[in-house]
Amino acid sequence: MPSRESDIATPRLVIDVAGLQSLIDSLRGDGYRVVGPTVRDGAIVLAEMSDVAELPRGWADDQRPGGYRLTRREDGAFFGHSVSAATWKHHLFPPEVVSWQARVDTEGIHVEAPAAPARYALLGLRACDLAAIAVQDRVLMQTAHPDRDYAARRERALLIAVNCAAPSGSCFCTSMGTGPRATAGHDLALTELVGDGEGPARSAQVPAGAERNDAGAGHRFLVEVGSERGAAAISALRASPPSASDLDAAAAVWSSAAARVDRSLDTAGLPGLLMRNLEHPRWDLVAERCLSCANCTLVCPTCFCVDLREAGGLDPRHAEQHRVWASCFSVDHSQLHGGSMRWSARARYRQWMTHKLATWHEQFGTSGCVGCGRCITWCPAGIDITEEAAAIRATDGLTGPPTRARG
Amino acid sequence: MAPVAYRVTSRTRETEDTVTIGIVPVTESIPTPAAGQFCMLYAPRVGEVPISVSGVEASQSRLLHTIRAVGAVTKALCALDVGDVVGVRGPYGTAWGVEAAAGGDLLLVAGGIGLAPLRPVVHEVLRRRRRFRRVTLLVGARSPDEMVFRGEIASWQASARMEVRTTVDYATAAWKGDVGVVTTLIERLTIDPEVTVAMVCGPEVMMRFAAAGVMAQGVAPQRVLASLERTMQCGIRRCGHCQLGGLFICSEGPVLPWSRVAPLLARREL
Repeated sequence: MPSRESDIATPRLVIDVAGLQSLIDSLRGDGYRVVGPTVRDGAIVLAEMSDVAELPRGWADDQRPGGYRLTRREDGAFFGHSVSAATWKHHLFPPEVVSWQARVDTEGIHVEAPAAPARYALLGLRACDLAAIAVQDRVLMQTAHPDRDYAARRERALLIAVNCAAPSGSCFCTSMGTGPRATAGHDLALTELVGDGEGPARSAQVPAGAERNDAGAGHRFLVEVGSERGAAAISALRASPPSASDLDAAAAVWSSAAARVDRSLDTAGLPGLLMRNLEHPRWDLVAERCLSCANCTLVCPTCFCVDLREAGGLDPRHAEQHRVWASCFSVDHSQLHGGSMRWSARARYRQWMTHKLATWHEQFGTSGCVGCGRCITWCPAGIDITEEAAAIRATDGLTGPPTRARG
Repeated sequence: MAPVAYRVTSRTRETEDTVTIGIVPVTESIPTPAAGQFCMLYAPRVGEVPISVSGVEASQSRLLHTIRAVGAVTKALCALDVGDVVGVRGPYGTAWGVEAAAGGDLLLVAGGIGLAPLRPVVHEVLRRRRRFRRVTLLVGARSPDEMVFRGEIASWQASARMEVRTTVDYATAAWKGDVGVVTTLIERLTIDPEVTVAMVCGPEVMMRFAAAGVMAQGVAPQRVLASLERTMQCGIRRCGHCQLGGLFICSEGPVLPWSRVAPLLARREL
């Protein structure tokens, strides 16, 4: 168990379930649209919310290659699930936005001032989700030509992480150095301590700063403050300082979550490994399974490819361009007038995986993969990026026709 | 990323499907492009495409773009009339770096509309001809009718300030140049490999043979520059379409040394 002394770098306090509701209420009062996990259509998705009752309380998820099922859990945890099916990219880098609009006439192109995007408080981000946002920050903001819409959304957003207690069978954040505990990028990070019953709202009973008896501690959240904006968001909440047992319980959540991540990806020399195996027969094998459906790119929290589409409508003087998610799995992604550069599924899977794990490093100085495992769960064929990388590593340098014998 | 408005001031038909438009700023202008760079041209209410700058008249902020009508946007751009408004973003991408070749020999190899991004190089060289030693331009096209800038090529030939050779795949009775692919002209040149910089632009297969031909005469692959083409929608490293291995062709390219692109182009469908 990690020493709690070594972790005391940021202000910490404890709130109960009523405190979480107060946080949501005060954020909404401050003009934030609060988005968090909720159950819909048999999956945990992200939606705007106003009440803790909308959280997926008592739900867990079973995720594995090509599979996703919700299951019940008995302890009434609000965040006892793994990563949501949808990503937070939907709110910071939405599937379709207006990149600009203008009136066009014989005197020129008169660009209209863009509308300010929504101000989101994102509640329930996992450590891998924070890492993915840091990757998108590099791609979309820390560049010579920042994406205006992303930068505006990002600047206005409040990021409230919840440390993972229940990683899924698809998770491999520990290999990517991105989790399961939120250590950077959050404004607030919560650790849910389910305790021994919901109990009365403790902070209502005990004045902030007072000594408490922790016997019979109820359902509560350790809150770690990661930024001034985070500190401001909780300044009006009734909270108490964490007790020794609160910190011990939180540390137990962190370490047991890390121990439960059992999928792994060996990242040692991975870019070089993949780029010297561009003709490996494994690409042919995976292409036989890959449907080129683009699910992996849709659920990937870092994929950033877009089309810029004209969407002017019927008014002959009105022009607008939309930025729309695109996927390297579609044939027309690389279409030139002579045809597609990547007409085979083999080439398109190879492009996606080598981009994530290899060329992203030379382009952006980081891996494009954060180990969230969504591409593994949501692949209808159950293709597992960690298994594909391991297979190439096991037969480094192999060329020639594919064989079905798997290493 | 909204475009800046320019107005079409000239329109020249080059071939049956290719037009050169001259444009000037309506009010705001973009920075002056360097030879080899491209702009995103916006046909209002149709869309944007990357088009190489085929001429710069910096004194008047006038830009030339040579466009082949192959899709919806390029057709709309080719259909623009003098006086029409067109949107411009840029300039983007890497330049040929003409200055780096000063003091030595320059070999330009163009296939088809690949002459368009090389044309500003010719203009720059002719403006300061004494800074270069031998300058050679090889131009190939499928047929005489499909050769762009024909009148200008003839004037370059007549001026005798540089060596210009033309070739076509399919000749007509009136054709006075060579017949055959442009790469065969390279074999007949005498190249001084230590001081030669080669700039190559055309279809990818043509650039492979041209680079191989130049390197066969001893020119180092770092001294062979090629201008690559990939799908681009943004021009600024964001849309992801133009990737070739780790390169964003819109920003690390389009002009790249052969030493850098050869290993990537050697992989099918990369």
